[in-house]
Amino acid sequence: MINWSIVIETLPAFWHGLQITLLLLVISISSGLLLSIPLSVARASANPWIRTPVWLYTYVIRGTPLLVQLFVLYYGLPQFDSVRESALWPLFRSPWFCAWLAFTLNTTAYTTEMFAGAIRSTPAGEIEAARAMGLTRFQVFRDVFWPGAWRRALPQYGNEVVQMMHATALASTVTIVEILRVARDVYTNYLVVPESFGMAAVLYLMLTVILTQGFRLLERHYLRHLDPKASRTQAPPKGKQHIADA
Amino acid sequence: MFYGYLPMILDGLRVTLSVASVSLGVASVFGMLGALAKLSASPVLRGIATIYTTVVRSLPDLLLMLIVFYGGQILLNRVAEARGWGYVDINAFAAGTLTLGFVFGAYLTETFRGAILAIPRGQIEAGHACGLSGWQVVWHIMLPQMIRHAIPGFTNNWLVMLKATALVSIIGLDDMVHRAGLASAATRAPFTFYALTGLIYLAVTTISILVLTAIERRYSRGVRREATR
Repeated sequence: MINWSIVIETLPAFWHGLQITLLLLVISISSGLLLSIPLSVARASANPWIRTPVWLYTYVIRGTPLLVQLFVLYYGLPQFDSVRESALWPLFRSPWFCAWLAFTLNTTAYTTEMFAGAIRSTPAGEIEAARAMGLTRFQVFRDVFWPGAWRRALPQYGNEVVQMMHATALASTVTIVEILRVARDVYTNYLVVPESFGMAAVLYLMLTVILTQGFRLLERHYLRHLDPKASRTQAPPKGKQHIADA
Repeated sequence: MFYGYLPMILDGLRVTLSVASVSLGVASVFGMLGALAKLSASPVLRGIATIYTTVVRSLPDLLLMLIVFYGGQILLNRVAEARGWGYVDINAFAAGTLTLGFVFGAYLTETFRGAILAIPRGQIEAGHACGLSGWQVVWHIMLPQMIRHAIPGFTNNWLVMLKATALVSIIGLDDMVHRAGLASAATRAPFTFYALTGLIYLAVTTISILVLTAIERRYSRGVRREATR
């Protein structure tokens, strides 16, 4: 059923593709996370002049397919002489740069909305208490606001990372040789499905399982206070009852 | 402004919308079957439904589409060869809508399952106690509430699927993105056409949100709104 000699022959190519997929994921997710923290604060701002531009950005990105965004950047921008003659042309000519930019813009939009939702649901009392204790605005953000928002957004954020991992497959359309491109090349060379797309499916499945388990560990760490089992306290020993009463 | 290619792109929108709506129908069937299987008493059905939703949601849409397109082609031709039908070419429209329907059926399974579970059992029992027939209970009690509970998830899935239709251009379906590529090649103005395609998607998304919000409001009449923060 499965031709193992093809599998062994193409294994190095798949291994390389796996590394490229992971690299694409890591660079897009990390820049997306960095950008979405300040943007989500702006998105949740009470000032409409700050809030609305960020809303417009996330609305446009979330309302259009990632494939089209990628094509606009990679195939579209060279239409303009000003881009081709600018100092940035070596960047925009590179599929890597365009893929990174498209993926970052995309994941930033989704993550910003997610974090903004988490920020809006911060209880006002937490902030007031922190201000009353004399924390500066920055301290309030770093020590009170953000940890809570991060915890509330974490389960959704895990889903976004997995979806972004799947989205890296689109990089195959702009000549980047990641897992799916390798699979398509193997298919073109040998005209077999299990050894090409089946192999890619196994790799993506593995990555998904690893990512979801990783986020489960993170959730267990950050959301420990919500785990009924973790909050179960042991009954105090008889002799020390007075301490508990005091 | 569009070098006379606007009618061709708009005709591509027709293809995109028909792919999206046929896929939505297929996805609803898969989703309903999946939800019923997940809620059934049979462990085999529950197992199959769980494997379906887990595996589909663990793979990129594009990969699944290529598996159905190429794998289906090979399987079909093996059958055709055995039967002596000659070479069969798999239709890109069928492959595209089937895959999108199959993929988003997995997401809709969870939406529908939640919607069925959200109806209190007491209401169904009360309906029977009042002498309604089984069909009347489904029509007057279950369905209206299921729609209300399923609409937010349904809206989300429709929007995600609408954008996923852009992928069918990769397996050679003549949709909006594919035509934008053709027009770009002919006019050397790729930005114009890809940006136009993006704007058309944005317009369709906006209209969808407006319509589905109105439907949700229609089905939420008589439900107290929770205080929104």
